[in-house]
Amino acid sequence: MSILTNNASGTPGAAAPTGEQPPGKRHRRADPAAGKKTRRRQRWGRLDFKYSPYLYVSPFFILFALVGLFPLVYTFVVSINDWDLLGGAGDWVGLENYAAELSSPLFWNSLFNTFSIFLLSAIPQLLVATFIAAMLDQNIRAKTFWRMSVLIPYVVTPVAVTLIFSSAFDEKYGLINNLLQVINIDPVAWKSEVLPSHLAIATMVNWRWTGYNALILLAAMQAVPRELHESAALDGAGSMRRFFSITLPSIRPTMIFVIITATIGGLQIFTEPKLFNASSSVPGGPEREYQTTVLYLWDLAFNRGDFGRASAVAWMLFLIIIVIGLINFVLSGSIASASEGGSRKRRRAQRLAHRNAVRQAKAKVASKGERLTDAAASPKDGDSHD
Amino acid sequence: MTSTSLDRTVEAGKPAAKRKNFSMDRRPGFLTYGLLIAFFLGSTYPLWYSMVIGSNTGAVFASTYPPLLPGGSFWTNAAEVFHTIDFWGALGNSILVSSVITISVVAFSTLAGYAFAKLRFRGRQGLLVFVIATLAVPTQLGIIPLFMVMKEFGWTGSLGAVMVPTLVTAFGVFFMRQYLVDVVPDELIEAARIDGASMIGTFWHVGVPAARPAMAILALFTFMTAWTDYLWPMLVAPQNPTLQVALSQLQSARYVDYTIVMSGALMATIPLLLLFIVAGKQLVSGIMAGAVKG
Repeated sequence: MSILTNNASGTPGAAAPTGEQPPGKRHRRADPAAGKKTRRRQRWGRLDFKYSPYLYVSPFFILFALVGLFPLVYTFVVSINDWDLLGGAGDWVGLENYAAELSSPLFWNSLFNTFSIFLLSAIPQLLVATFIAAMLDQNIRAKTFWRMSVLIPYVVTPVAVTLIFSSAFDEKYGLINNLLQVINIDPVAWKSEVLPSHLAIATMVNWRWTGYNALILLAAMQAVPRELHESAALDGAGSMRRFFSITLPSIRPTMIFVIITATIGGLQIFTEPKLFNASSSVPGGPEREYQTTVLYLWDLAFNRGDFGRASAVAWMLFLIIIVIGLINFVLSGSIASASEGGSRKRRRAQRLAHRNAVRQAKAKVASKGERLTDAAASPKDGDSHD
Repeated sequence: MTSTSLDRTVEAGKPAAKRKNFSMDRRPGFLTYGLLIAFFLGSTYPLWYSMVIGSNTGAVFASTYPPLLPGGSFWTNAAEVFHTIDFWGALGNSILVSSVITISVVAFSTLAGYAFAKLRFRGRQGLLVFVIATLAVPTQLGIIPLFMVMKEFGWTGSLGAVMVPTLVTAFGVFFMRQYLVDVVPDELIEAARIDGASMIGTFWHVGVPAARPAMAILALFTFMTAWTDYLWPMLVAPQNPTLQVALSQLQSARYVDYTIVMSGALMATIPLLLLFIVAGKQLVSGIMAGAVKG
């Protein structure tokens, strides 16, 4: 076959019929004079074609294996040894470190704090972000300005956020207790009680991330087809009704995306509790009121030098995050299929409603100006007389 | 009377009136702007507060009625910041670390994202699924072995150790792949190959120019993430601090002087505020594009 092709158009200088020839064939149209060189280039070209993609993706996989995968796997190795910061690898202890942590009240305390802060930040954040996104989704003036304005907190780094709020929540002189005093409320022990400290830390997280998430949700809202809103409005659905029956169900996948990223980030919270109270010698509050799990892990590993137990904590937190991610994944899958069914039903309802509306409008127009429409009717329309 | 003519009447007459009343087109009322202004004030007040506290004296900070306006002590407080920490050195470190990480992430992600989006090779699908799966893996939890390795190599304290763990990200690869898959027509790559371009030549002359907008957005977010990182730089190189680490050292003393801490926090925020003023629009569109694609 290739010989045939060569014979047919093999003479050098023959104009290549660009349109008809399959791309691969042109390489075979070897010029006899060029000979070896061309063949070598062809072989090189084939190798290039075949192996270049692997070369392009390899930096990611090599580096990821070194700095992402290996550390996680090796964390497990460390966790089944009696490993020490100074002494290095100790004896193999099996799952003893895990057992010790699972029976340690400090570990459970850190998990409780992590989840409490996470819930206190994730839930209000999602509600407010959805609300702000709905505000931004309207036909407002100076759209770009308002969109940018909600993102300002995002450029303040977590360290700076913590320092600023740590001052505002200062128990003696802080802004918030001062304001409470002005309206005759007793000062709150923001840095030494469980719930107040969790609220304070959640406030920092919320302040930095609400606008960011509002923009993600806004993008999802804008992707909702306009016709859905229009036909619903035609049926007399007000903007409230449309928000709950159209907008919210449509942005559910994005919401789940936001929840998953918030979970992965929220369960690893470190900077805020670490820097919240500089005068506490124990990281995470005098009585560990807001010592989160990563903070506990850090304290265990780098202050107390117990790498083995810290690694066990890291692995358990890792598993928790993966399990929650999977639950989210499964839930979002079932929600997606459920809402798909729902939306099919909704679409049918909308179609029906739309048809009704058109029929009503027709009837109205018909009764009002029959003569007018009859006059307007073109001969072509004659076929569709009832 | 004909249905078609009626349809036309409906179409010609009604929608115009309907459109006018349709709330999506109407300018919203004061309530919306009021709420947005309230949210704006909430978003900016903490920064204003840090400016007020950072430019006043400790006595003003401690008074029962919090001050509302900046005072005249900012330069005194700033001088104290420069005295306590090596602010400029830390700023330089942060710029260096964030820039190297950004260049590396963008280069490797574009290359890998291009391969996943536009090149055919065995195992592509499986490898891509692997990349996506690693998106959800909390790699931060691997800090203990990472620290051990850095110590073994004697890298602790160097900025290289700060950079290494984030030189590639699964997010970057996935982001570039999602962008390039629609943007570059397959015919263009085919045409370049027919013209005898090598694979890397095709990438350079077809892939990179098309990828440029996404590269800019990825660079912006990578830079910000690297800039805000605290745990790893604090752990591996406290003696060679980035800006975040240095900033945190402002309050590690026994006695916390909030006026100094606030002026430091404010000064450390200025670089990213400048970035926001220059590229805030791109940040917004990047977040919104990521939401739809991701």
